[in-house]
Amino acid sequence: MRLGVLFSGGKDSTLALHMAAEKETVACIITLVSKNKESFMFHTPNIDVSALQAEALGLPLVSLETEGKKEEELADLEQAIAEAKSKYGIDGVVTGAVESVYQASRVQRICNRLDLWQFNPLWKTNQKCLLEILLEKNFEVIISGVFAYPLDETWLGKQLDTPMITRLVELQGKYGISPSGEGGEIETTVLDAPMFRQKIQVTEAAIEWKGSSGVYVIKQARLTPK
Amino acid sequence: MTVLVVDMNWRKDSLAFPEFVSPILAAVEPFVSCAVKHYMDLQPSEIDGYSHIILSGTPLKDFEFQQHLDRFQWIKTSQKPILGICAGMQTIVKVYGENLRACQQVGMTEITTTKENPLFSGIFQAYSLHSYTVTPSKTFEVLAKSKECIQAIKHKQKPLYGVLFHPEVRNQTILSAFVSLA
Repeated sequence: MRLGVLFSGGKDSTLALHMAAEKETVACIITLVSKNKESFMFHTPNIDVSALQAEALGLPLVSLETEGKKEEELADLEQAIAEAKSKYGIDGVVTGAVESVYQASRVQRICNRLDLWQFNPLWKTNQKCLLEILLEKNFEVIISGVFAYPLDETWLGKQLDTPMITRLVELQGKYGISPSGEGGEIETTVLDAPMFRQKIQVTEAAIEWKGSSGVYVIKQARLTPK
Repeated sequence: MTVLVVDMNWRKDSLAFPEFVSPILAAVEPFVSCAVKHYMDLQPSEIDGYSHIILSGTPLKDFEFQQHLDRFQWIKTSQKPILGICAGMQTIVKVYGENLRACQQVGMTEITTTKENPLFSGIFQAYSLHSYTVTPSKTFEVLAKSKECIQAIKHKQKPLYGVLFHPEVRNQTILSAFVSLA
């Protein structure tokens, strides 16, 4: 089966891609670049890095810009998936959905209209386990956005490691934060993963902080040998 | 006491396993030990070795199980508690020669209990992902409905249940109640 992976460049979609590639053929990655930083559907920080990630993966990228308005972005997603189907002959779409019925059901309906299979290989995965799997598989993941108290700018740009997982689990107990950012508390960017032929090196970045949230903006990055 | 979860996906060890089988295991394993078998690997003689059997769901486009109904004839003779989820429920009624009808639902759905039963009660929200539902029959009683279709059934004489919605997504207590059935 040839699959397109709905890809944000964050940890969930990259891990879903990894799992899909273990069972089927990943034919392309599909990215929606949302102009709306508060998009309901699409992860936004550093989405521009996805072109570099696609190159690192050696996979074609289907990328479409969307205004990110609540339901209109779904029409844009459908257009992108339809393009992936006609251009790369995909039979199905993979997402990194873990808990969000909102996201999963909307992608399901689009795939159903386009007569495509749909898979969510991380569905209902325990969040702490999900973070541990990333480390076991040697993913290099950085925090590229924090959107909930008490996460502050000191988290931005930091690499996911075992002490960070412990800290996130503690914050879950104390503040109800989802350790893997399922509630939108954290966004991530993957710099290296098992399927990457080269890794991404950030050469210029800036922290943008506003009110109680902030992002780690990758301004320049390049591919380097692994 | 070991619960058997039957993987109903189109092939063993498929990409759909983590989505349709693993969440069932996560809901049930805190209470009982579990075993998993793909339906093509399951021999009828093995059924007696398990206390309860759960048939998983499948992706929306996966109807391969319907080509292998001969592999499920043990459902008719078994007296064990059996719960079919979505594709599992459709398999149960097909084994009994009943019909399905087209009814597609994707997303959260309001379910209304229509008959008292040990698995759930009242009105609740559940995740639906199906293209077909069952039709009224003499063999099964209806336990729950949504506005669009029959959502849960039970065999009139034995503990053979089917739910069209996916309890492993938002209603895990239904699974823990099922594995507690005597």
